[in-house]
Amino acid sequence: MTGTDILLSIRGLTKAYPGVVANDDVSFDIGRGEVHALLGENGAGKSTLVKMIYGLVKPDSGEMVLNGAAFAPSEPQAARAAGVAMVFQHFSLFDALNVAENIALGMADPPAMRDLATRIRDVSEQYGLPLDPYRTVGDLSAGERQRVEIVRCLLQDPKLLIMDEPTSVLTPQEVEILFATLRKLSAEGTAILYISHKLEEIRALCDAATILRLGRKVAECTPRETTAREMAELMVGSELLVPERTGKAPGPVRLALKGLSVRSPSQFGTSLKEVSFEVRGGEVLGLAGVAGNGQDELLAALSGELTSARGMVVLEGKEIGQLGPMARRRMGLLTAPEERLGHAAAPDMSLTENALLTGAEREGLMANGFLRWGKARAFAKAIIERFDVRTPGTENAARSLSGGNLQKFVIGREVMQRPDVLVVNQPTWGVDAAAAAVIRQALLDLAEGGTAVIVISQDLDELMEVSDRFAALNEGRLSEVVPAQGLTVEQIGLMMGGAHGMEVAHV
Amino acid sequence: MDLSAINPVLLIASLMVAATPILLAGIGELVVERAGVLNLGVEGMMITGAICGFAIAVNTGSPALGFVAAAGGGALLSLLFALLTQYALANQVASGLALTLFGLGLSSLLGQGYVGIKPPPTDRLDIPVLTDLPVVGRILFGHDLMVYFGIALVALVWAFLKYTRAGLILRAVGESHDAAHALGYKVKRIRVMAIMFGGACAGLGGAYISLVRVPQWTEGMTAGAGWIALALVVFASWKPWRVLIGAYLFGGVTVLQLNLQAAGLAIPVEYLSMSPYLITILVLVIMSADKSRAPASLGRIFHASQ
Repeated sequence: MTGTDILLSIRGLTKAYPGVVANDDVSFDIGRGEVHALLGENGAGKSTLVKMIYGLVKPDSGEMVLNGAAFAPSEPQAARAAGVAMVFQHFSLFDALNVAENIALGMADPPAMRDLATRIRDVSEQYGLPLDPYRTVGDLSAGERQRVEIVRCLLQDPKLLIMDEPTSVLTPQEVEILFATLRKLSAEGTAILYISHKLEEIRALCDAATILRLGRKVAECTPRETTAREMAELMVGSELLVPERTGKAPGPVRLALKGLSVRSPSQFGTSLKEVSFEVRGGEVLGLAGVAGNGQDELLAALSGELTSARGMVVLEGKEIGQLGPMARRRMGLLTAPEERLGHAAAPDMSLTENALLTGAEREGLMANGFLRWGKARAFAKAIIERFDVRTPGTENAARSLSGGNLQKFVIGREVMQRPDVLVVNQPTWGVDAAAAAVIRQALLDLAEGGTAVIVISQDLDELMEVSDRFAALNEGRLSEVVPAQGLTVEQIGLMMGGAHGMEVAHV
Repeated sequence: MDLSAINPVLLIASLMVAATPILLAGIGELVVERAGVLNLGVEGMMITGAICGFAIAVNTGSPALGFVAAAGGGALLSLLFALLTQYALANQVASGLALTLFGLGLSSLLGQGYVGIKPPPTDRLDIPVLTDLPVVGRILFGHDLMVYFGIALVALVWAFLKYTRAGLILRAVGESHDAAHALGYKVKRIRVMAIMFGGACAGLGGAYISLVRVPQWTEGMTAGAGWIALALVVFASWKPWRVLIGAYLFGGVTVLQLNLQAAGLAIPVEYLSMSPYLITILVLVIMSADKSRAPASLGRIFHASQ
């Protein structure tokens, strides 16, 4: 790459937080019109790095050169003015405002609302991302919300577009269309910094890749000439363990849903419509779906947080639809929700207390209404040991654990209670590859022992790895349940609802 | 009972006066809550404004200066709340309650020398011809300036929130402070400004009670008006014009029940006294049955973590 082709040059960026160095002397170049991947596990420092480029975080040392001029944005407005735009991983949108208002908020000098609405229509159609400027964002699907973010960036004619995990909320068909849009942008000269841990996508899209590990740049590669496995091992720094399972005939039906319909309790939630499936002992049922298609509601309906008509949920032949969470736990139906802090675990309580919260009944951690602290502590300790949870001890607050470690703890807590049926939602969300492998292996081992396991996840690779049978949620409805073996990505995408009205860019 | 003693023109004219304190305090609190902050200290800021305005008006002889001082006093007290909640990250509910208690105490301390004094009168508008028109003249053109200021403020706040960019940013901060921060908006600065605006409005409302409506100084004279203003904002679904409707309704029933008491209606006085609260709450509950909801970040503490 010659000097004039370089758009952004990063030299020795370092950023330390108390107790952890998020970025340590990171340097690389991004060329004009190049699609550059930034790879790394959770906690490798990808987010901190892009926040420095976007002006949200100030580097401790190091420098950046954009278009041949020194670049040190003190705030996002400055970065935007210099031609840097960013699509966030966790959407930075306002639910109660409409599309046009949301977009206006991301612009330095927005035109009058009516002109802006016209421009939104033009740009969104030109790039195949149709949007109605006057719809309220809270009513949009995850894919549509992402379109809002992308259109917001495109309206500012960016020279560099940063995308943080953009495909985690899209179906495979939508991913294809997004990639067509990105390729069109790249052909027009816009550079794209693409953050992801989905290696096959990076191989399909990106021209170059920089790999970070523990805040340091460990390698640079050309994704098209590198295998996904090689990249994964560069990210992790060691060989990857792939969970193993042995084929085994499934046992009797443990849990059945019969036409389960429940209204979502939240205003912007998705109600479940006529969901039916059976799951047998010893099998893993994988449920895919883009976020916000009824996953949270399904977990709540299974855990007993949402009750339904008696006959809609049947556990071991008994109708339990009207029972609450405690009664269901007692009968052997355990669940682990997606949100670690606040739903699966009480953030400010110790690990022992958190172990007590779900384990009290089944593990005999209380007697006559009094708590048996010794036993509870021993139970928490057993979870920590078996699942290799990195924590100083059982008396540390749940909040103090890293995401991956807490996830190992909350999944382990349910696994250790020997459930007859276990339901988990997003079991490895935000967890590094090694911890994810441990969790998946635990789920498979559990199924091996005769438990019926239901895994709700947005990570298709994970579902293909663990599932025996597979189905997808789309707008609160469940697709047909089919054997997981031999499914193609194409078929899965159609089960998830296809392209949801997205169109290929009109070139 | 003699209902003919009740003059409808005077009734309407005086309900506008009775409504002005809670209208001013309510519209200020509406802006604060739309920015995502729940300040329960309205009562404290009102009574502080009442004594600041009273003292300055008495000492300078100018009610106008009194109102300016009241706004300043309310804003200054609200700054304490802003420091506690925005920088020390204290709980908003507890800080607001503390602010009310503090304001009540502070005002009785400041007001010790002012009991029993009459403030300088606040002039009413007197436009030749217009004010002398029958009926409409007294209702539309016969008030002091603060009554018009209150109505104008509602219109301004409505237009500000709906049409201006600054208003959009304020609403965005109240909806999702994390998203607003990610886009580079100064969440704390915007909230501090909103809190101070709310404090100034509450101060004006308080001074209107001590300088115009009563007019004299007694301890605890706001008598729960701040709490009514707070309830008004919630039941008005955070919409400016509904605050105006609610305030006028409350003022209207208050004045009417006083008239009915004077006319000797055969209903126990206690029932008449509670009627403004009951009727206002009832009507606003019915009005708030639509889809609108509180700002999503209301009352949540913002901390810009990495």
